[in-house]
Amino acid sequence: MDFPILSIMLAVPLAAAIACLFLGAQTARMVALGATLFNLALGVLLWANYDIGGAQWQFVERAEIFAGFSYALGIDGIALMLIMLSVFLMPICILASWDAITKRVGEYMAAFLLMEVLMIGVFAAQDMFLFYIFFEAGLIPMYLIIGVWGGDNRIYASYKFFLYTLLGSVLMLIAMMWMVNEAGTTDIPTLLNYDFSPAAQTWLWLAFFASFAVKMPMWPVHTWLPDAHVQAPTAGSVILAGVLLKLGGYGFIRFSLPMFPEASAQFAWLVFALSMVAVVYTSLVALVQDDMKKLIAYSSVAHMAIVTAGLFAFNVQGIEGAMMVMLGHGLVSGALFLCVGIIYDRLHTREISRYGGLSINMPKYALFFLLFTMASVGLPGTSNFVGEFLALAGIYKVSTLVTLVCTTGIILGAAYMLYLYRRVAFGPQVNEDAARMLDLNPREWAMLAPIAAAVLWMGVYPESFLAPMRQDIATLEARLARAAPEGDSKLKVGTPKEHAANFVEAAHGEEGAH
Amino acid sequence: MSYASSLYFTGTEVGLSIAGLVLLLVSAWGGARTARLVTILTAAALFGAAIFCANLFGLASGEIAGRAFGDLYRADAFGSFAKILIYVAAAAILMVTPRYFAHTATYRPEYPVLMLFNAVGMGMMVSATDLMTLYIGLEMSSLSSYVLASFLKQDTRSSEAGLKYFVLGALASGIILYGVSLIYGFTGSTNYEGIRAAFAMQFSTGALIGVVFVLAGMAFKVSAVPFHMWTPDVYEGAPTPVTAFFATAPKVAAMAMLVRMAMDPFAGEVGAWRQIVIFAALASIVVGALGAIGQQNLKRLLAYSSINNVGFMLIGLAAATPAGVAGVMTYLAIYVAMTIGSFTALLMLRDRAGNQLETFADISGLSTSRPTLAWCLLALMFSLAGIPPLFGFWGKFVVFQAAVQADMIALAAIGIAASVIGAFYYIKFIKVMFFDEPTREVEMESPVGHWVVLGVCVALVSPLGYFLTIPLGEWSARAASVFALAM
Repeated sequence: MDFPILSIMLAVPLAAAIACLFLGAQTARMVALGATLFNLALGVLLWANYDIGGAQWQFVERAEIFAGFSYALGIDGIALMLIMLSVFLMPICILASWDAITKRVGEYMAAFLLMEVLMIGVFAAQDMFLFYIFFEAGLIPMYLIIGVWGGDNRIYASYKFFLYTLLGSVLMLIAMMWMVNEAGTTDIPTLLNYDFSPAAQTWLWLAFFASFAVKMPMWPVHTWLPDAHVQAPTAGSVILAGVLLKLGGYGFIRFSLPMFPEASAQFAWLVFALSMVAVVYTSLVALVQDDMKKLIAYSSVAHMAIVTAGLFAFNVQGIEGAMMVMLGHGLVSGALFLCVGIIYDRLHTREISRYGGLSINMPKYALFFLLFTMASVGLPGTSNFVGEFLALAGIYKVSTLVTLVCTTGIILGAAYMLYLYRRVAFGPQVNEDAARMLDLNPREWAMLAPIAAAVLWMGVYPESFLAPMRQDIATLEARLARAAPEGDSKLKVGTPKEHAANFVEAAHGEEGAH
Repeated sequence: MSYASSLYFTGTEVGLSIAGLVLLLVSAWGGARTARLVTILTAAALFGAAIFCANLFGLASGEIAGRAFGDLYRADAFGSFAKILIYVAAAAILMVTPRYFAHTATYRPEYPVLMLFNAVGMGMMVSATDLMTLYIGLEMSSLSSYVLASFLKQDTRSSEAGLKYFVLGALASGIILYGVSLIYGFTGSTNYEGIRAAFAMQFSTGALIGVVFVLAGMAFKVSAVPFHMWTPDVYEGAPTPVTAFFATAPKVAAMAMLVRMAMDPFAGEVGAWRQIVIFAALASIVVGALGAIGQQNLKRLLAYSSINNVGFMLIGLAAATPAGVAGVMTYLAIYVAMTIGSFTALLMLRDRAGNQLETFADISGLSTSRPTLAWCLLALMFSLAGIPPLFGFWGKFVVFQAAVQADMIALAAIGIAASVIGAFYYIKFIKVMFFDEPTREVEMESPVGHWVVLGVCVALVSPLGYFLTIPLGEWSARAASVFALAM
């Protein structure tokens, strides 16, 4: 296709961001909403035109306008899904900030639109250094969003976010330079099939791991996340949880696994160990939180741990499951942060004990909150169930122990989420001001309803989301096959039975008719 | 080698010297009222010299090209590149200078004339291929710098800065001179080619000591750790435009002089000087970053920032390859734009009465009182911190890439990890401007000249700068190719 759709998806929010800097509050809101909706339309167009089962890299664009690296864009199914997630969440973020942000609106909208540019850029970049530039540049708008429009302790949180993630990613740059020097190209599709020596892979893998583990975030480098989440404005939390955390997982899929298969196998135990600790530890921490945003932040760490474990299972189920958890978590945790934001806007506190019995005065809100709580727990029929089930099935092929520990995460997840829901929505209405809060207004409906629809769609018919990624994940598995660890569960595939399991023989059927 | 070609290749130095002498006479007879005229003419002369250098740079520079006066001096692509930076930086700073002194009515026409002589000295530093020529250029530049530092002679801080700079600078010159005498004693030559030939035959311990002394003195001139102690004091005390000047043009000259020295006469003895440069690089990055953390004065902070930046440049030099030298030159070009921009923004910060603001407390909440200025400073600070997509990242990128290509992975990894420490105080700068509440009334208007300089610098460090990567890379590579022949 000659139409440079990816470049336009980058250019539209960029132009809108620059415009917002010079506009008044209300105009800036309209411009930002318009630009993000336009980008969503372009995203739908992108998905509609994506040729499932076609070439691995589609919508490829390339221009040699820089020295040392090129402006090369292109997406595969994995990137497509993550771009869709970004463009889907973005208009919702703008809506979430509609009334909540009153100071320096133009600059705020500009920062968000810039975030959108950078996120799409990260997923679409086909050049190693272009990827790095987009990846790292995200620090700037996020630092400002937390620092200018955040809560009381915003300065500490913004510093921590910035320095943590910067320290993580600079070593990756050196590793990239080494790889480019060795392989003689900055082109990601070429590098995906370049075999680095196993000894070098070890070091390269560790350098990339330092970056992605912080972004992910994995235990024990997750501590920036609760601080950043708690202090960021609602929309900031949504973007942070919805898309930015996915950068780490995307990095593992795009770089660590296919470029360093041997090293990935070598360090799989490390990832498993950290993931197991994370699932149990952060779930327990989430259980005792008084602050709603902190609770959801810790639950994000636990969910992301299932993603990392699934990725390093080295099989199709694990990786597909990890991708589905990422997409599902992007929607669900984003929606949960919106739910928190909605009541925060009314009462200006995130303390759980200040609420209670909201299902009485805010029944519609309580319904949405319930749906997203259940999705977060992984109830069948919601997006997270599909992902978690697939991921755990993949992990089971490799290690029973890891599966066992990770599954506790789901039980603990049910515990902390249902406990949260009970304290917020059920029980007596202890606080009068909380009891007087009004139910959802149309703007909030417009934010929550699309996410709810997407969550159910992903839970009921995940094929729409799995189909574009299937071929790319199969390619990835083929690439990993030579290093894949042998599983301990020794699954044996038996000969298929003649009939389906619910088949009833005709003779018996006649007898049963008596 | 005719006399005419020698004069042609030294055209910028000759031309600027004549301009300096004439303008000195003008200022002597005309008095203080000619200050504006002399400033404009000086800036014009500097721009003219830069254009002349650009022309020289465009000419093919082979083995013989550019040599003047029996190989005392070489106007090659490397020298021309550095000189363009020096002249343009000096001219840009002249554009934002007079207003600073106007408030106290202390501006005099001698100021631009001193800058002109300084530029002549710096031109000689980067082009000299003989230790004697080098020393004359170095002293010419240094002596005018000492006077410039103490230009506000009623102000004790300025006088103190000048005196400190003079005492320590003289010490450094002495160290260089001692090293030069040792090198001459052991090689029997002051010419770069002669020294390299003599080193190739025998590199004795005495010569090694000479090399170490020369490098130590040069480390002082570029303010690399452990010879950096003068920098914060002098930068803080000197008038702000002079500080801006010190942080750019003489830094380029000293760095280019150091690169030429390391890559030409000492090119055969990379093993001897590389470890010194590596130590200085890492120490500069770390000390420059840690020292800045507690600072309240912005000029002092930028002084540490310049120490920090020198560390990154030295990483490119430590690679000791043409790519490394090209990296240093690219870094210098970007560094000059970032530094001039930062200091111009600092010069635009005044309170209602016209006093300069120069501490963190003064700029708090700047983003609400002067948003455009604050956004410009934001771009400059993120650029100095090396965060993409700002162009400062590219400077770090090229030097680290050169180090990686030279197989110095550990150096690159430690250097880049230490750069995170530096990021802390740059983002503190942004925190104070954007996250804190305004505490002071600031002047709302700035002259157009300042905006032009600031606008150009910010445009260069903004992501638009990446469109320059191809030409900048070509020019740097051409400048560095001078040494490819030597290696």
